Amino acid sequence: MKILVFVNHVPDTETKVKVGADGKLIDPTGVNFMLNPYDELAVEEALRTREKFTGEVVVASLGGDSNKETLRKSLAMGCDKAVLLKDASVRDSFAVAGALADYAKEYGAEIIFFGKQSIDYDGAQVGGLVAEMLGLPSVSVVVKLEIKDGNIVAEREIEGGHEIVHTKLPAVIIAQKGLNDPRYPSLKGIMDAKRKPIEEKTIAAVESRVEVVEMRKPAAKAQGKIIGTDASAAAELVRLLHEEAKVI
Amino acid sequence: METSSSTYMKGGSFLLQETDATEIFTPEDFNEQHHMIAQTTDDFIEKEILPHIHEIDEQQEGLSVSLMKKVGKIGLLSIDVPEEYGGMGLDKTSSMLVAEHVGKSGSWAVTFSAHTGIGTLPIVYFGTEEQKKKYLPKLGSGEWISSYSLSEPGSGSDALAARTTATLSADGKFYTLNGTKMWLTNAGFADVYITFAKIDGEKFSAFIVEKGFPGVSTAPEEKKLGIKGSSTRQLLLDNAKVPAENLLGEIGRGHIIAFNILNVGRFKLGASVIGAAKKTITEAVVYAKARKQFNQPIAQFGLIKQKLADMAILTYVGESMVYRTAGLIDHILESVDKKSPEASKKTLKGIEEYAIECSIIKVMCSETLDFVVDEAVQIYGGYGYSEEYPVARAYRDSRINRIFEGTNEINRLLISVMLLKRSMKGELGLLTAAQQLANDLLSMPSSGNGEPEGIFASEQKMIANAKKIAVMTSGAAAQKYMDKLTDEQEVLAHISDIVMEVYAMESVLLRVKKHYASDDKPNELYVNIVRTFVNDAMARVEIYSRGILSAIAEGDMLRTYLTVLKRLMKYEPLNTVITKRAIADALIEKDRYDL
Ligand SMILES: Cc1cc2nc3c(=O)[nH]c(=O)nc-3n(C[C@H](O)[C@H](O)[C@H](O)COP(=O)(O)OP(=O)(O)OC[C@H]3O[C@@H](n4cnc5c(N)ncnc54)[C@H](O)[C@@H]3O)c2cc1C
Repeated sequence: MKILVFVNHVPDTETKVKVGADGKLIDPTGVNFMLNPYDELAVEEALRTREKFTGEVVVASLGGDSNKETLRKSLAMGCDKAVLLKDASVRDSFAVAGALADYAKEYGAEIIFFGKQSIDYDGAQVGGLVAEMLGLPSVSVVVKLEIKDGNIVAEREIEGGHEIVHTKLPAVIIAQKGLNDPRYPSLKGIMDAKRKPIEEKTIAAVESRVEVVEMRKPAAKAQGKIIGTDASAAAELVRLLHEEAKVI
Repeated sequence: METSSSTYMKGGSFLLQETDATEIFTPEDFNEQHHMIAQTTDDFIEKEILPHIHEIDEQQEGLSVSLMKKVGKIGLLSIDVPEEYGGMGLDKTSSMLVAEHVGKSGSWAVTFSAHTGIGTLPIVYFGTEEQKKKYLPKLGSGEWISSYSLSEPGSGSDALAARTTATLSADGKFYTLNGTKMWLTNAGFADVYITFAKIDGEKFSAFIVEKGFPGVSTAPEEKKLGIKGSSTRQLLLDNAKVPAENLLGEIGRGHIIAFNILNVGRFKLGASVIGAAKKTITEAVVYAKARKQFNQPIAQFGLIKQKLADMAILTYVGESMVYRTAGLIDHILESVDKKSPEASKKTLKGIEEYAIECSIIKVMCSETLDFVVDEAVQIYGGYGYSEEYPVARAYRDSRINRIFEGTNEINRLLISVMLLKRSMKGELGLLTAAQQLANDLLSMPSSGNGEPEGIFASEQKMIANAKKIAVMTSGAAAQKYMDKLTDEQEVLAHISDIVMEVYAMESVLLRVKKHYASDDKPNELYVNIVRTFVNDAMARVEIYSRGILSAIAEGDMLRTYLTVLKRLMKYEPLNTVITKRAIADALIEKDRYDL
């Protein structure tokens, strides 16, 4: 099977980000980047799919040279081949999806995996957009996946429960937490990854439809206030909630 | 002083030579694989070990072993195992990185390192082809767990005084072992024990003993002060029957195995405690920011900042020494043909070249961790004394590091004794340098040739002077006590203390010079770390050298020495209040140890 998985290179959840000088992007200095955690689920599912059906897993990422680090990690987890869709410009989700869809078509993927969202901009759009652009069925927030004879049974997470949907290959599968437990790159995987190719492709420029005009940090939360520690404080609390906070 | 020109630096030669910053290996020089190996280890520890740290400490049945098998699946148990036997055969830098990241897992780190280090390496380096084929694939995968039994109830530091005996059967097919071994880490679940015994009561030798051999059993668990989650037991050998082919290495050469394995263990221990120290500092920083007293976070108090800065500086210095040494060893091992039958011997010889550095790292890093956990408890105040917070455990778990892998007393003595021995053998020019220096110091008003320049001009001069002090004091001590010097432990230990400070100062300076002090835009944080450490270290060097000099000389002689010392100690003191506040502020801003 020709399996394709798209991954993004995002700021590490532990680093503190600052808004850059232009007020539109984060300042990347001193920020560690990593494989987007939802995409890690997608990589794992792609690998499991290959283990079941044989074939190859190609991992692709759109961005600059630094994305190679994330591609290398995916290779260390076991992907066969990596592709860097080279682009240093700022794109909205639509423009990103366009480039990814082009590559997916060129490669002839039979199944495409995405993570639910990138934890940097949290757009949660790209997987669905790519499916639309390719005219493929897509299933989002997938927590369980079964593929048999070209038929897909996928379990989705919905408010208060799960939904089970059926579709057919080729399709786009968008991973949610709980789908699997991603493997750690083994030392052997890491050493093998050194020898696996990362192909670089230049992609066509497209105009974004959405532009970031300003980025800012949320205002610092005001200090909490302790009114009292026993029942006698209740009346004052009610008064403050009513008169100052105006929530009741 | 000359600059190094040979293809590799001789062990201990840092004391007599100057090293160029471009020549040393530092964490900033890790390659992509190193980073990935570190990351995979860290992820594993964070997700699989730390969440279970309570259950591990309670020695929940089967837990540590199952985690060992799990970590074996990603290859972390087989880094030092050659590829022919299913291992990875990676460089020592990778091995140190794994040790560092595993190091933050307390008890489990001890389980891990006993297995991969003292438990596996004796077979890697001394096993026969059959032994390697039989044991290494199992040990590298975690299918079997190993344990190492050198100590006995009556012999610890004096390991060669072991009383356990081995007798070869009349048909030559097996040895019968009798005795009690003490303190085996992993004994409770080990499948194999690397065991030392004396053949015919005199020839100290090693054996691979399996759990299932007749006459082999273990005593109940020791109740320990810390690392409670690691298994520690006695091994009871009651007419234990060990096949003759399980003799490890040569008859009567067990000490070669014991000492060589310790060299590796010592610097791995250094890496491991640095990992633990970083974790504890992060916890202390986060706590100090959150805890308010007198209406402000305690992190804003000068005395708390001072602690945080001292903890971070020592840890950064320790890390610089660990990876500088890893780089030295990897460099020397690059020339070893892994396929040659001599590979093991040459590898060990390469590591032994840096036995002095290994001991330095063992002592300094273990004492750094003890300092760090102690101050962390202090920063947590009463909450540091409570089991609800992580530092109480870190405090207990740290203490063992000054005791095993050779106590810090034994290692302190080894540093100066090895230096002097190598000088006597003509491998190191310490004593000739001492002679030369004695002449120079008495005739010249100040050291003239080649004054250092650049951002660290004064620190480089201070380090050069500290080297002179090391040379002067060891030369004077050797001259005074001659072959009786080994009886003067206090003097030897202080010489080692100075040597350690020199290696530490130089390692951190060269690291920062290489990466953060390009003349146009030096990084103030790292420059502060160097200046502060060197300033404080020099004060300690002065105390040690006064201790030595007043023990070995008196009257006019002593006064002459002290005059020279005063001249070598001339430097402008640093306002460390300012530098330490700045270093602490950087930690506070980053919210963790991230240097
Ligand atoms: C938790 C734990 C795990 C261990 N794991 C293992 C293991 O897996 N395998 C193993 O073989 N051993 C193990 N050990 C044993 C450990 O290596 C020894 O405890 C250590 O070598 C010290 O020996 P000792 O306890 O007999 O102390 P001693 O040798 O009796 O030393 C007592 C004190 O005297 C000092 N001293 C001794 N000799 C000298 C000297 N010549 N000059 C100056 N001072 C001296 C020591 O520094 C120390 O301060 C472990 C110990 C512990 C506590």
